Order: sequence, then structure tokens, then C-alpha cells
Amino acid sequence: MKANVIVFPGSNCDRDVKVALEKFQIQTTMVWHQENEMPKSDLVVLPGGFSYGDYLRCGSMASKSNIMNEVIKHANKGGYLIGICNGFQILTETGLLPGALLRNKKLKFICKYVNLLIENNSTPFTSKYKKNEKIKIPIAHNEGNYFADEKTLNELQNNEQIVLKYCDENLKINDDSNPNGSCLNIAGIINKNKNVIGMMPHPERCVENILGGTDGSGIFQSLLN
Amino acid sequence: MTEVNLDLAVQHGLTSKEYEKIKVLIGRNPNFTELGIFSAMWNEHCSYKSSRVWLGTLPTKNDRVIQGPGENAGVIDIDDGDVAIFKIESHNHPSFIEPYQGAATGVGGILRDVFTMGARPIANLNAIRFGSPDHPKTKHLLNGVVAGIAGYGNCIGVPTVGGEVEFDSCYDGNILVNAMNIGLAKKDKVFYSIASGVGNPVIYVGSKTGRDGIHGASMASQEFDSDSESKKPTVQVGDPFAEKLLLEACLELMQTDTIVSIQDMGAAGLTSSSVEMASKGNIGIELNLNKVPCRETGMTPYEMMLSESQERMLIVLKTGKEKEAEKIFKKWDLDFSVIGILNNSKNLTLKYDNKTVCDIPISALADEAPKYEREWVEIKKPEHTDLEKKLDNINLEQTIKNLLSHPNQADKSWVWEQYDHMVMCDTAQFPGGDAAVIRVHGNNKKAIAASVDCTPRYCNSHPYTGGMQAVCETYRNLCAVGAEPIAITNCLNFGNPEKPEIMGQFVGVIKGMTEACKKLNYPVISGNVSLYNETNGVGINPTPTIGGVGLIKDISKVKSSRFKNKNNNIYIIGETIGHLEQSILCYDLLHLKKGPPPSIDLNDEFKNGEAIRSLINENLIESCHDISSGGLILCLLEMSIASQIGFKLNTNKKLLDRVKFLFGEDQSRYIVEVDDQNKKGFEKKLVDLNVYFENIGKTSEKINIDDDLKFDLQELSKLNKEWFYKYNN
Repeated sequence: MKANVIVFPGSNCDRDVKVALEKFQIQTTMVWHQENEMPKSDLVVLPGGFSYGDYLRCGSMASKSNIMNEVIKHANKGGYLIGICNGFQILTETGLLPGALLRNKKLKFICKYVNLLIENNSTPFTSKYKKNEKIKIPIAHNEGNYFADEKTLNELQNNEQIVLKYCDENLKINDDSNPNGSCLNIAGIINKNKNVIGMMPHPERCVENILGGTDGSGIFQSLLN
Repeated sequence: MTEVNLDLAVQHGLTSKEYEKIKVLIGRNPNFTELGIFSAMWNEHCSYKSSRVWLGTLPTKNDRVIQGPGENAGVIDIDDGDVAIFKIESHNHPSFIEPYQGAATGVGGILRDVFTMGARPIANLNAIRFGSPDHPKTKHLLNGVVAGIAGYGNCIGVPTVGGEVEFDSCYDGNILVNAMNIGLAKKDKVFYSIASGVGNPVIYVGSKTGRDGIHGASMASQEFDSDSESKKPTVQVGDPFAEKLLLEACLELMQTDTIVSIQDMGAAGLTSSSVEMASKGNIGIELNLNKVPCRETGMTPYEMMLSESQERMLIVLKTGKEKEAEKIFKKWDLDFSVIGILNNSKNLTLKYDNKTVCDIPISALADEAPKYEREWVEIKKPEHTDLEKKLDNINLEQTIKNLLSHPNQADKSWVWEQYDHMVMCDTAQFPGGDAAVIRVHGNNKKAIAASVDCTPRYCNSHPYTGGMQAVCETYRNLCAVGAEPIAITNCLNFGNPEKPEIMGQFVGVIKGMTEACKKLNYPVISGNVSLYNETNGVGINPTPTIGGVGLIKDISKVKSSRFKNKNNNIYIIGETIGHLEQSILCYDLLHLKKGPPPSIDLNDEFKNGEAIRSLINENLIESCHDISSGGLILCLLEMSIASQIGFKLNTNKKLLDRVKFLFGEDQSRYIVEVDDQNKKGFEKKLVDLNVYFENIGKTSEKINIDDDLKFDLQELSKLNKEWFYKYNN
């Protein structure tokens, strides 16, 4: 399997994602944001970080980068596309995924391991997990508060587009287990075609025990299926 | 043209003697720009005029030190052609005036010091100290500083992995923000700041120069008064995004064969960087200020030279390599400008609009900078006090709860969860333990351990012991995770050095540090000094923040401070006498602030540390935690709360002795957890090493002390966790 990781000025999880992909034998190329084309690949990753400093709305500048035309084409052709953290923000800014990511409800950056519920395991990114399984993956963001209007949220639910939800140790989904104020405790969603996923948690940060866990591995293993 | 006279010199922070000396050195009256440059180079912050005499007495060498003090940061050898580069620096004054930007630019500055030398930064640490939580400014300052550290470090993508947070009313008018960074480089790819090669071009790269931070270094060299708010314009504004670009561009440039030397523009900006580079190379430098990229129009030479705008670097390139270098900076959308040339004049010459606006011998600015042997008085160790009567009525149960919920002992996750401590995917031990552990990228076995420590109340009571203790505390923290302590960086925060008692604190701390560094073969390789931490004449507790760095050769053996299993044996290593004066119990909980700090036997410190490391190396222990502020009881409770495993402790002691046993802060001690299988081997090992140890109990379901004090672990965990959340709600 081949992957392209897009590098924007201010991306800072690009290397981390590359290391994780390569750990699962996914051949990875870094692609600079100013490029007009990219190597053929099965998967494109928009990594975490602060593209363009996130001085405007997070991800808005990056969504207008040269390379994004190619990324959108790749997605429209059915190629796999994953946006992690800032990458998720970029995906909502391009319109490839609905909704928006607002500032965390307590207005503070949060970096910690959180419990996630696998809401949908019939996607190419989550097939290695069990439905309703609880996994632990870290989050690290200031703007991860997922928001969409009532109609969009209904659509997401009806089309089984909600993939990951924040929960507690006992799989409870409520305000206490919601770290950032996201609607419906949403941590990750997928498009209708099930080839474009956006998620706030960082799976690349937990693929080795020494880093605190391996629950992120499932995302990469699912892709290899 | 502004007339330069004594009044103006005094306004610039120079004394009349210093002003006279300038006139003698250059043989004429300086012009306005030159006066500004002298004031920038000769202030305390840049010249170390009060501290240099004593800093020179610190040990700075061992087998692993490649570069000691005097460069942008220190360099140590960590085998396999790898080096670690690190430094700590203060940003106290700006953070008090504008906490977010002050702290953010503190992080930005120390990052630049490290990547200037060719290293990729891999870890941020910090030590932040605030006034009493009840002081009206504290909440605002705490929130601003933490957000500023987070804002900068998170954006640039370097994990913030450790540090300390303390509250004490002595910091009401002068908070401390000390930021440390560690980077990794290859031994043959370290870059220095010595300018050389007449005719080589001098390059300005990074962000544009604005009017921010003018006189920042001078501001940091003065006491505060009620008018400190008016100093806001001297605080710089950070742009971590620009720094990220600058970092990547510099590291990319360093892969080419173009650089002669490189230095970041920190305090006193373009002035100190150009003067220091030329001074080290004993060479002249001429700059054309019309070439300096400016953010605003109409900036004068004076403003350009004194601006402390952030995210800028000065580079001497090999002649003819300008195009190659420029391409890299253009790729990263950064300014690149050839602003000058090295010559053999040995002067700093500045041209603006084809006129010479400054022409001063470099040596006058650097070597001839004032150096004072300030008057000092020796501070003796205070006499013991009679504590017994004050402790007979102590309610142990409530005291233990108070200890855990006191802001200085409370769980700090509210702070460090705002810091991205995982980015770069090499953080093997999160904040909250004894030392941070960061893997050497691409190496599956090797790691760096780091810890930042100081116990200012000890330093205030007896500076000599306090200075020694701060060094030992980092040593202990590194040993507790199994690292070989290698070297330290220091950030010496004190009051006004013109007062003999403050200078006495400084001298005492340096002497104590020196003893400890020598005995532990643990030299100082970089650092900074922050003086004049006073407001309206009231100084802070002397606070020599020490950042220790160690090497871990096999990361799989690293021990954390959380208990691993129930029914394991708990041992204390090192002897317990029960020294209570200056303990958290006396100082923070009972407000009894008299008496000496616990003394330290450096032989025991070394021996016990070595013993811990060999126990870890031979896999004889399950967990380890050093005993520090809060004594044995806090140490055990922290191990319990982190693991949710309780302990049964047998002190076999009556009230006063029990208080001493639980809360005493005797030094050089550790708690370790040993399973039954290793018990024999463990005890034999310590007997062989002639190290004192005591079996004090077992890990268990609940917390139980002598069968008469029992605690609910969940309740204690909640008490420990909630202080920061309640305070900041």
C-alpha cells in the first residue's frame, strides 16, 4: 500500500504519521503543499499541526493550498483520505466533510488519552475494531469541538457516518465524557462514500506500548485489509 | 539628533561611572545609537556584570561535555555520534507584565538557542512560580503563562514534557518563568557562533524587525515598581508559526555546506548577536541597516539595533553561498537579506543612508563590559528551632489530606494537559513522574531523561545547602528512572545584587552547587542569570532552577513511579532522621518558616543514586520514586494515586516520631517496590553496596498506616486532583 502525507507550513505531526504508516509497511511519500501533483497513492493523509499557524479559522488557509485540488480529486475518485486533528479541520473547510470544529468548550488546549467508542466499524478505516468497542487514543487540540446543525447531525446518524464518539471507561456517552463540547460527543466522522474520514484523536501517537498504548494501530491495520 | 549626556545615559540604565568609561573607551561622546548599543550590551542581562566573577567558579567539564557555557547552549556526548544540546533561560520580567506573550517568547527564545546549534528540539520543560493563590494577580498570571507556554510549544510541535509549578507569596510581585529546551544533533554537525573569514557575508533571516521589545533586556535588568504596567511595550510578541518555518529552514540549510557560524537574535536583538559573534571571532563587522527587513516604515538605526522582535537569526555564510541559502529561506516564505560583511577592523560599524551611524571597537562592547565584584555577606545556617510543642496536637488524618490538596502538592494535570506532551511520538514517560523520558528518534533503545527542580525555601533558609539540594534533586530524579545523570543547565533567579545579603545568597548558592556538581561529576554546561527580581524592594526567595539531563541506554528498563502490583514489598532507601524544619509540613501547612533545611551528605547522594541505577539495570525493582518535598508520606501517596494501588505502612512509631517519619524531608532517599521473587537479590545487592534500606510495608488494596490511619484512595485522588480545576473555574 502507498500513502502520501501532505506537508503544509506549520504541519507538525507529518513525521509522526510517516513513522506510523511505515511501521505498518505502508510506503509513504511526503508531498509539499505547493506541489500541483502528487505520486499515485491509495491513501492520502492530512496530518495534525498548525497549518499556516492557524491564525485564521483552523485549516482554512490550508484548504486553499495548491495541492488540495489534487487531494480533492483523489477523494472524488474514491481514494482513501484521512484527516487527523488539523487534517480534520482542513477537511471540513474544503467541504469534503460536513460541520465545523469550534474552540473547545473550556477554551483550553487539551492533550490527553481519551476513551473512544467505535460507533461504526464497517468503514475501511475501522474494520479491525469491533462495533461498540472502547479504545484509548490521545487528543491534542484547541479546536476540536465538533459542530453541525440539526439536519446535518440527523443525516450523519441516518447514514452511519459517525465513526468515533468520546465516552467514559464504562462506554457512557454524556457531557462528563465529552472533553471538548462536541455535538453528540463526535470524535470522528466519515463521508457518505466511506472513503474520507476526519478524526480529532491521533492514532499515530499510540502504535507502540512505550508511547502509552497501541489502540491506534487498528486504523492502519484496517487500511491494509 | 538627540543630545547624549549623563541624564540620557542614566535613563538607559547606565551609571555615571559606566558612562565615563564609555567615553574613555571610544575617546569621544557616543551618539544616540551608540549609547543605546552600549546600554544593551552592558546591562545585567547581557553582560552578567554582577555574576560573571562567581559563574566562573562552577565546574563545567566532564568526559561527556563537548561544549560548556559561553555558546548558545551546552553540548554533551550521548554516544553513537549523537549529542544532546540544552539550556534553560528565564523570562520572568516580561511574563509578569504580559503573561501570555512573556511566557510564549520565553519558550521561543530557548528553542532558538538550541536549534541555532544544529539540533532538532525534542523536549520543552519549564519551571514556573507564582505568588500566593489568594493574590489578586495570581490566577490571571497562572492562566496566561500556562496558555503562553502551550500556545508556543504546541504550535511549533515540540513536546512539553516536564517541569514544576509552585506558589509562594514571595513571588507575589515577581513571578518566575524559566524555560528549558533539549535538542538532538549529530556530533559532526554542531554549529557555533564564532564569526570568521574576512569578506564573508552576514545574513539576516526570519521575521521582520519591528518596534517591539525595544529595551527588553534593560527592563529585565531593573526592579519593578508600581509603574510596571507601563513597561508593556517592552514585551515582545511571539509567532510560533514563523519559528516553525525558521526551524525547518535552518535545519535544511545546515544540511548544506554554506554556514560559517550562526546565532539567534535574542535579548538585545541585532546588537548582541552581531557583537557576540564578532567578539568570539575577534573580527570586525559592518552592517548596512538599510538592508534590515523592517515591519514598519521609518525605523531608526537605534530602533533596529535594539528591537527584540522574535524569530530572527544572524548567519555568517561562506562567500558565494548566498543564492543557495536564499533559495531555502524563500521556500519557507522567510525574509533573507545580506545585511553586512566581516572585515578586519575589529569594530562594529553601522551604515544607514550612506552615513556611518555607529563605529565602536567590539572589545569595548564585549570584553570591556563592566564586571563587578559585588559586596556580599555570608549567610549562615540558622539554628534549630523547637518544633516539638507545636506538633503535639497535630491531627494526622487531616494533615495528610491538607498536604495532598495544597496547591504545591496538588496534581498538576490541569497544567500539563494544556501542553502537547506527546507530539514527535518519542515521549516515553509523561509529565507527573520523576523525570521525563524521551526516546532518541530512530533509536529503539536509547533515551534522554530530564528533570527541572529547585526548593527555594531551602535556598532562602541556607543558600549553600539550597544550591546543593537543587542539583541533587535533579540527580535523584534522573536516577529514579534509571538514567545516568550527565550534566545540568541552570537558571539563577535572585533579587537585587547590589544588596550584600542578596549577593550573599547568590554566592552561597553557587558554592553549594559547585560542591554537588563536583562530587556527582555533574557539571554546568549552560544557563542564565536573572537578577533584580524585586518589586518595591522586596525580593524573591533565591531560586536557582536546575535542569538535569541524563542518558538511558536501554529504554525497556525504565521505571516509573507508579506501583505495579498489590502485595509487593515497599522499601525506603537512604536513612530517615526526620528533619522537619523547612519541610512542606512546617512551611506551607503550619506556616513555621524558621530553622535550617535538611542537610545533604553528598557521599550518600552519590552512593544511593548509583544503587538505584544498578537495581533498575538488573530489574530488581518494580517502581521507584524519589522522596522530596512532602516527605515519605507524599511520596507513597503519589505512587498510590498514580496506580490506584494502596499500601500498608508500618512505622512502629509514636506521634512525634511518626510525624517526623512521615513528613521529614531528609535527603538522598527513594521509595522502591520489590516483588517477593526479587526480595533476596534486592537486599543482598544493597548490603553489598553498603546502602542503608528499610522495609516499611507492602502494597495493598487500601491505604493503611499502622492500622489506625486509613484512607479511601478514591477520596484522596479526588482531593489531589481537584485543586487546580476548582481554582481556575
